[in-house]
Amino acid sequence: MVGCRRGDPFTPPDDSCFLVLGFMSGFSSSSVAGRDIVALEGVTKRFPGIVANDSVDLSIRPGEVHVLLGENGAGKSTLIGMLSGLQQPDEGRILVDGKPTPITSPRHALALGIGTVFQHMMLVPTLTVAENLLLGEPWWQRPRTEELAARVAEITGTLGITVKLQAKVSELSLGEQQQVEILRAMLRNSRLLILDESTSMLTPKGIDELGALMRRLVEQGLAIVFITHKLKEAAAFGDRISVLKLGRKVGEIPPERFRTLGEQEIVSEIVELMFGKQKDDPEAVERPVRTARAGADPLLQVTDLAVAATDNAPGLSSISFDIRPGEILGIAGIDGNGQKQLAEALAGQRTATSGSVRLDGAAIETLSVGERRRRGLRYLTDDRLGEGTVGTFPVSINFFLKQVGAAPFWRNGVEQRAEIDKRAAQLVREYDVRTPSLKTPVARLSGGNIQKVLLARELAEGAKVVIFNKPTYGLDLANTLASRQRIRDTAARGLAVLLISTDLEELLGMCDRIAVIADGALVGTVENVDDARTKVGRLMIGLAA
Amino acid sequence: MTGLFSEVFLSALLFGAVTAAIPLLLAGLGEQISEKAGVLNVGIEGMMLAGAYLGFVGAFYSGSLWLGFLTGAAGGAAVALVMALLCVRIGLNQIVIGIALTLGLEGLTALLHHFQFSRSYPRLPAADATVIPLLSDIPVIGPAFFKHHLIVYLAVALVFGMGYIYRRTQLGLNLQAAGDKPAALDVAGIDVVRTRTIAVLTTGALAGLGGAYLANVGAGLFIPFITNGAGFLGIVLAMLARGRPIWVLFGALLFGVCLSLTTAMQVAGINIPTDIIQMLPFLAVMIMLVLFGRRASLPAALGIPYERGAR
Repeated sequence: MVGCRRGDPFTPPDDSCFLVLGFMSGFSSSSVAGRDIVALEGVTKRFPGIVANDSVDLSIRPGEVHVLLGENGAGKSTLIGMLSGLQQPDEGRILVDGKPTPITSPRHALALGIGTVFQHMMLVPTLTVAENLLLGEPWWQRPRTEELAARVAEITGTLGITVKLQAKVSELSLGEQQQVEILRAMLRNSRLLILDESTSMLTPKGIDELGALMRRLVEQGLAIVFITHKLKEAAAFGDRISVLKLGRKVGEIPPERFRTLGEQEIVSEIVELMFGKQKDDPEAVERPVRTARAGADPLLQVTDLAVAATDNAPGLSSISFDIRPGEILGIAGIDGNGQKQLAEALAGQRTATSGSVRLDGAAIETLSVGERRRRGLRYLTDDRLGEGTVGTFPVSINFFLKQVGAAPFWRNGVEQRAEIDKRAAQLVREYDVRTPSLKTPVARLSGGNIQKVLLARELAEGAKVVIFNKPTYGLDLANTLASRQRIRDTAARGLAVLLISTDLEELLGMCDRIAVIADGALVGTVENVDDARTKVGRLMIGLAA
Repeated sequence: MTGLFSEVFLSALLFGAVTAAIPLLLAGLGEQISEKAGVLNVGIEGMMLAGAYLGFVGAFYSGSLWLGFLTGAAGGAAVALVMALLCVRIGLNQIVIGIALTLGLEGLTALLHHFQFSRSYPRLPAADATVIPLLSDIPVIGPAFFKHHLIVYLAVALVFGMGYIYRRTQLGLNLQAAGDKPAALDVAGIDVVRTRTIAVLTTGALAGLGGAYLANVGAGLFIPFITNGAGFLGIVLAMLARGRPIWVLFGALLFGVCLSLTTAMQVAGINIPTDIIQMLPFLAVMIMLVLFGRRASLPAALGIPYERGAR
């Protein structure tokens, strides 16, 4: 292995050397545990208008996965920003190895042995993996490719991952990119690895792999801070859990207690901490048994729909299904298997090469996007800020983006401000959009509130069939539950709902039937009854139900 | 008309093409560094003018062309320093500042020249050519390509030097990261502002050198607005070259031929209005943009000031 020569760019200075050696030679975690690598004492951080962190204490120890749990806006990212040197606390102090140490820059954080894997990937897409790993060395040096390859082989060997050094980062999946980032932190001899919302982009299999990888890392004596807003992950992967709520730390489950509790008990304890009253997993809702309207004619009938593949998107082939009034059909599958293409082909945003789409009996496959919408087909995109809204437009206009020019909100091409504001105010109340005013640019709202604006717009009068694409992706728990309720209400009103989601729990909790999409084709449809979970799961991994 | 295709005419045309191409080459290579690092340097025309003026003044008073090149490069870098402060450090809009610098330098150099030389345009003695033995004896090509001032060969060598830096060195990696994903560079522990500042200063020095060559070797004198859009052509070259220095060289030679042709056709007395002939290089720009513009790939963070922790 590479020694601890001074000036070696792969090795941090001074005292961290012995720890690294210890980690490499397999120190048992117990011999280094019990001492904080990093501790926060009464750390407060304010931004204009909000207190992002309010007097937070935190102790981070080697050999532990410390889960930071909290909803959107609980202050997790700010806390990470301060640990990784991007931001400085306004009050309180950060102790590294027991000594008060202001972390002044990302470079300083790295030198202290704090490596961070950010929620948004921090790799240069146009460079190869090797080049990305070499970033950060002094500029006058030749890139030390051979030495890098040797060290990478050594580390990946102990962690059981494989990394393609010569591949361009833009060609890697998100899960692979994340492994590269973790590897980079290890190359820099990190003693503390921070994983910020690392599971949000991963497939279920990727999440399990990440969990196993974290376990191997802490067994080697590393400290991990794992940020998530998913209770199950916290319970499954953590040793110690700290719960943040509105910038404050509202509770902690230390490892001793953690070990004595079962997963269900942990979940209910966290829920207790986060929400006060509820005992059960709030995401587990009883699916109301709807009276099947088997007799009714389908509202949406899709037959042999096909879409040609493009350079960066898979095509669709022979997609057939129908949805009756009041029914929710789920589309399950691993992200990137044609879900978006399906939604766009139905909405008319993507040209179908063949097949027919019938809305309430009438063929609509040749109609334009606008005409399909007028006839009652609505599409809630998962790209809320990209194609869903115009970020700089006020909330009020965003409600009517798809009706621009139409009466009563526009007359003879002139905007009717009063009409728009009146109706918008009504929608804001009805859909509980939390916005400072109707004039606030929609991009300033939180993800959950932007989603409410979209819901209000798409579910407005005349809707017959609604396509939801990942409607709860990236939302916090409260907004997730609100969105799901809104979808259920939609179906209950007698509309046909197509619910595309990568969250299997969500589909199992809401749908009447679940179809599984793989490689742009529906590989099977399952009635959502008792054993649906196993059947869908088998279809998703390529086995017949 | 018979003279148009004679050996002498052809080699004079190509010689002129090389002379016209060198300022474009230096400007294009300079712009390429800035763009790699994520700074759209619209001020390059102003940097070239500063280089042309100070380069001429330096050479005029010292009598040494090399000292002229040095003062020219320093002048370009000085303008670039303003750009780096305003656009990289403070994060002001790169296009607005770039235009302001260009317009400001156009006025300033014209004014200074007027104060100094009034309405006279003193000339420098013709530059000494470095004749490459053997190669320069090849008919047509020899006199066209191998009888230039030493700086020409150095500029061409710079093309390969830049290619090496971009593809083989840590500095090249840092520059590309600063342009494509500056946040990634920052968390890797490299100062983005410093990296971009180095890039912009290098751009200024190269553009200034190009301007000094234009005045001292190409024209042998300084007149106001002498660059006549050469800096902007450099921006086009850098954009079309997709980050590869060798394409800047090819592009510069192509434009150089067009520029040389305008002079040659006027000399040959072809019966076309000179205004139309002088449009030729810019017509070439438009044709190149139509043909290759769609394939130009620019760094993702081009033109966006970097601010740590911003989302």
